[in-house]
Amino acid sequence: MKYMMFVCTDTEPDTDQSPEPDIEAWVADNDARGRRLDGHELAPVSAATTVRVRAGEVLVSDGPFAETKEMIVGFDLLECADLAEAVEVARTHPMARNGRIELRPFADLG
Amino acid sequence: MADARAAGATHPAAAAAARAAATAARDSHAQIVATLIRVTGDWTLAEDCAQEALVQALRRWPAGGVPANPAGWLMAVARNRATDVLRRAAVERRKLRELAALAPTEEAPPAGEEEVVDDRLRLIFTCCHPALALDARVALTLRTICGIPTADIARAFLVTESTMTRRLTRAKSKIADARIPYRVPSGPALAERLPGVLGVLYLLFTRGYDAGGEPAFADEAIRLARLLESLLPGQPEIPALLALFLFQHSRREARRDAAGDLVPLDRQDRRRWDHAAIAEGLALLGRVREDGPYALQARIASVHATAASVEATDWPAVAGWYDALAARAPSPVVALNRAVAHGYAYGPEAGLALLAEARSGGALDGYSLALAAEADLTARRGDRARAAALFRRAAEQTHADAERRALLDRAAELS
Repeated sequence: MKYMMFVCTDTEPDTDQSPEPDIEAWVADNDARGRRLDGHELAPVSAATTVRVRAGEVLVSDGPFAETKEMIVGFDLLECADLAEAVEVARTHPMARNGRIELRPFADLG
Repeated sequence: MADARAAGATHPAAAAAARAAATAARDSHAQIVATLIRVTGDWTLAEDCAQEALVQALRRWPAGGVPANPAGWLMAVARNRATDVLRRAAVERRKLRELAALAPTEEAPPAGEEEVVDDRLRLIFTCCHPALALDARVALTLRTICGIPTADIARAFLVTESTMTRRLTRAKSKIADARIPYRVPSGPALAERLPGVLGVLYLLFTRGYDAGGEPAFADEAIRLARLLESLLPGQPEIPALLALFLFQHSRREARRDAAGDLVPLDRQDRRRWDHAAIAEGLALLGRVREDGPYALQARIASVHATAASVEATDWPAVAGWYDALAARAPSPVVALNRAVAHGYAYGPEAGLALLAEARSGGALDGYSLALAAEADLTARRGDRARAAALFRRAAEQTHADAERRALLDRAAELS
């Protein structure tokens, strides 16, 4: 099952002082297990551009699609058996504590 | 330019040299900045070098004389400056090589040379890219293409200079971070992007034309429209927009009274209109074969510009062009103006009927000009008391002092 994992900021991060998981180790571990297919950090929202087509006209505008305090700062493409495994991958990502992670399974086009 | 004035106070010859420097700098600014951005990719460096070239000209021309080719001289100085800065920063050799290949003599490139033409167009299309916020596009155009000082732009936008500096820096970062290409779109993409560029020019013009605006911005918009017209032939909306600017600009002396208040079209002294500008607009419009939204607006303006008086205006022609504009580019304001035109062409009842239609969507609620139009049509129908009340209500809704005084004057005349 493929999941798109969005790495997002959060205005209320965890205050736990225990040592933070290391992102390099997280990538190496999940890559080795074959459950992380791709992923990358993204440039800040200030570099975002939104594109729409309405009535045949292309509308390009400055900024992200939604003006929120939380923003997507990276993504990872996962291959997991089920949501439980995906949550396992997500919970060990450092941004699970400093921000939040959204897991979106690929749509079943069966 | 303050430097030019300061020099002029003492020596006439020095003043002439300073003026020549200011003129040459203004005329070649876009070209210098555009070329240096293409080669170095550094917007701030390009602007600084263009500025430095002007400073050098102001320092050296009064004593050494104005060079035979002022634009070429400025380009050479700016290029040398960029080379120095990059060399000191010990950056990529490729950029330095390209700079070295750039106009090695002080001769200006021949007029119409492809690469130079491209650079200015590239700069215009990049500054007007829709992935930048609209205000940022206008500000960046003024700063980078026109070379207007940041402080002047900040004043027009009613923000502090540091806020405007941040806004410009953010826009330049976005261009770099999002990799907005330094390129003129071609084929269908050009048709898609051109309206956005013309929209920025239009906004720039209105920023100069509106009450309380910076009059110099209207001149800059006209200069840019002329530049686009020369660089992108075969795009009918460009001469159409330039013609529209010229018709509106032709009234600049007549549209304010001694107190600085706005004089409506029907009360302007038409002898004070700039008839050379009108003639140029008519010639441009005469060559437009395919009418887009700007051509239709220009045709409306041309009917007014060629009428000897309000009474002599060909109102059925104005109404007809508004019908075409309302079909092509419908908007509440176009619907309002169409109603006014029909009112003059076919009587106040016809105008009031179309006005009611235009208002039915609610988009004109609270819009003082809609109330003013209703007041004017009502007055011409003969209902003076109701018209006076409507003018007073319109006055309450406007935020512009000059407009409010004009509306209250109309109310007083009817009471």
